[in-house]
Amino acid sequence: MADAIETKNLTLTYGDTIIINELDLRIPKGEITVFIGGNGCGKSTLLRSIARLLKPRTGAVLLEGSAMAKMSTKDIAKRMAILPQSPLAPEGLTVMQLVKQGRYPYQTWLKQWTEEDEEKVNRALKATGIQDLKDRTVDSLSGGQRQRAWIAMTLAQDTDIILLDEPTTYLDMTHQIEILDLLFELNEKENRTIVMVLHDLNLACRYAHNIVAIKNQKIHAQGKPEHVINCNLVKNVFDMECEVTIDPLFGTPLCIPYGKGRCIIKRAEVGNG
Amino acid sequence: MLLKNNGQKVLGLIIAIILLLLFICASIIYGYTDTTWKMALNAFQHNNGSNEHLVITTVRLPRALIAAAVGCSLAIAGVLMQTLTKNPLASPDIFGVNAGAGFAVVIAVTLFSIGDLQAIAWIAFAGAAAAAIGVYIIGSVGREGLTPIKLTLAGAAMAAMFASFTQGFLVIDEAALEQVLFWLAGSVQGRKLEILLSVLPYLIAGWGIAFLISSKMNVLSMGDDVAKGLGLNTVMLKIGAGIVIILLSGGAVAIAGPIGFIGIVIPHVARAIVGIDHRWVIPISGLLGGILLLLADILARYVIMPQEVPVGVMTAIIGTPFFIYIARRGFNAK
Ligand SMILES: Nc1ncnc2c1ncn2[C@@H]1O[C@H](COP(=O)(O)OP(=O)(O)OP(=O)(O)O)[C@@H](O)[C@H]1O
Ligand SMILES: [Mg+2]
Repeated sequence: MADAIETKNLTLTYGDTIIINELDLRIPKGEITVFIGGNGCGKSTLLRSIARLLKPRTGAVLLEGSAMAKMSTKDIAKRMAILPQSPLAPEGLTVMQLVKQGRYPYQTWLKQWTEEDEEKVNRALKATGIQDLKDRTVDSLSGGQRQRAWIAMTLAQDTDIILLDEPTTYLDMTHQIEILDLLFELNEKENRTIVMVLHDLNLACRYAHNIVAIKNQKIHAQGKPEHVINCNLVKNVFDMECEVTIDPLFGTPLCIPYGKGRCIIKRAEVGNG
Repeated sequence: MLLKNNGQKVLGLIIAIILLLLFICASIIYGYTDTTWKMALNAFQHNNGSNEHLVITTVRLPRALIAAAVGCSLAIAGVLMQTLTKNPLASPDIFGVNAGAGFAVVIAVTLFSIGDLQAIAWIAFAGAAAAAIGVYIIGSVGREGLTPIKLTLAGAAMAAMFASFTQGFLVIDEAALEQVLFWLAGSVQGRKLEILLSVLPYLIAGWGIAFLISSKMNVLSMGDDVAKGLGLNTVMLKIGAGIVIILLSGGAVAIAGPIGFIGIVIPHVARAIVGIDHRWVIPISGLLGGILLLLADILARYVIMPQEVPVGVMTAIIGTPFFIYIARRGFNAK
């Protein structure tokens, strides 16, 4: 079975600055893949290039085995949706109008708006819990509500592959878990491939089948969280001292950073180099 | 948003169409030469060659149709520019597109004595295109690429540059000044119907394409990344919209000279009435643009009667306070 997405010898640049260098990456079908890495390491850049928003300097991105550069962009939009990092809705756009745009790839001159479009939009509104907000304008929402409206648009696109750049920023803890649960369910029940950037390492470990750690224009490590996440990796990728233990609820890796802060227990000095 | 549902919007559209027709009639009837509805009807049915009848058919009618067509074109060009540049201040006059077309026409008419109407239209398109492309290139220089601020500065610079070129040229060549002065201030008066007819096909094409791409403009307004992610060919759309802008503003300038403020004011009024959906904003803007220019042109006849004020001055008087209002709300107005 072809991978959902594969990059071959992919080099990405802004001007002459290389951000990602000769990257070969495979993103398996039907799994949740999470990109991790420090600020500015190129996660968004890589995700944008996978979503054909950024032309590679060299190399290619394959969608289920075929080169994306040769496919019609509208056909790609029926198979892959992207939620960019902090998108900005035009002033005055309502939530309903925003979510409806998710159906754009399915619209043609003859077929403007169908029952199916309506159903997918309602489903997306429901899944993200924003039915009650649908007549509000996007700019009048809180950061978290806004984020959910954008996720609803992405869901309305009804694609097998969903790419999301930091879908949980701005969300409170409840809604972070809710969104991740929603994506997890889409993956479990409908076998959708999810690729996202997350900054919360512990949630990444809990929800991802596959972690891709990016550092120095390359993949530093890739694999199941329980295989790749350890304090060495965190030290190398994030330049941070931490202890990795086991999540008592899920058994997945749990990363607890060192640093300053109020320590109210006695603990042995840890040898950190 | 004044009109909430589609029913109200359809009604609004119908009212705007009726208003446009009424203003066209008013423009035919009111002015220095005393005429009445009856006379106008007679003039079209059995013209007796009287002064009044001649004024109506050869002066007032072209003038009314020109005002409607030019106002409509400038307003629609303004809508497209504002969405394309994500900038509420964008419009054919602020970004120098009108000035570019104006300069090209002045040079062509005075220096090369070009009189052929088709040729003048194409020269205006070329001038508009040169200014638009210039603004785009200057606005894109630098690391972050195209930003609204840089684009506005580039536009202001372009407008100033072409305006001073034109002035400089006219200072040197005084005979030319006489010839084009009234046209340069923006005027729909004293134009023959042939001028409109020679440009009309391009304007109609522009209006048509603008309407056809309206739902794509909605997608584009969500930002380039989102639009591309939704499968919109943003490059093609921007080129298409750019061509429409050049046809509409170049065409408008070829007919009536560079008339300001309609392109910036009307799109905002239209959005306040029908919301931000381009499928409504574009037709409503077109109608309102026509209405505003007709109104300005009728008022221009009465301000210093029996003299006339160039209609560009009238639109400026109406538009300036509004422009300041928009500017004060700033770029990231919520
Ligand atoms: N449009 C741009 N032009 C030039 N450089 C850019 C541009 N966008 C990003 N960069 C640079 O490319 C590098 C990678 O940026 P990117 O947005 O991919 O990082 P990221 O890993 O997503 O970071 P974050 O976690 O902060 O979102 C950064 O150094 C950034 O400054
Ligand atoms: Mg990022």
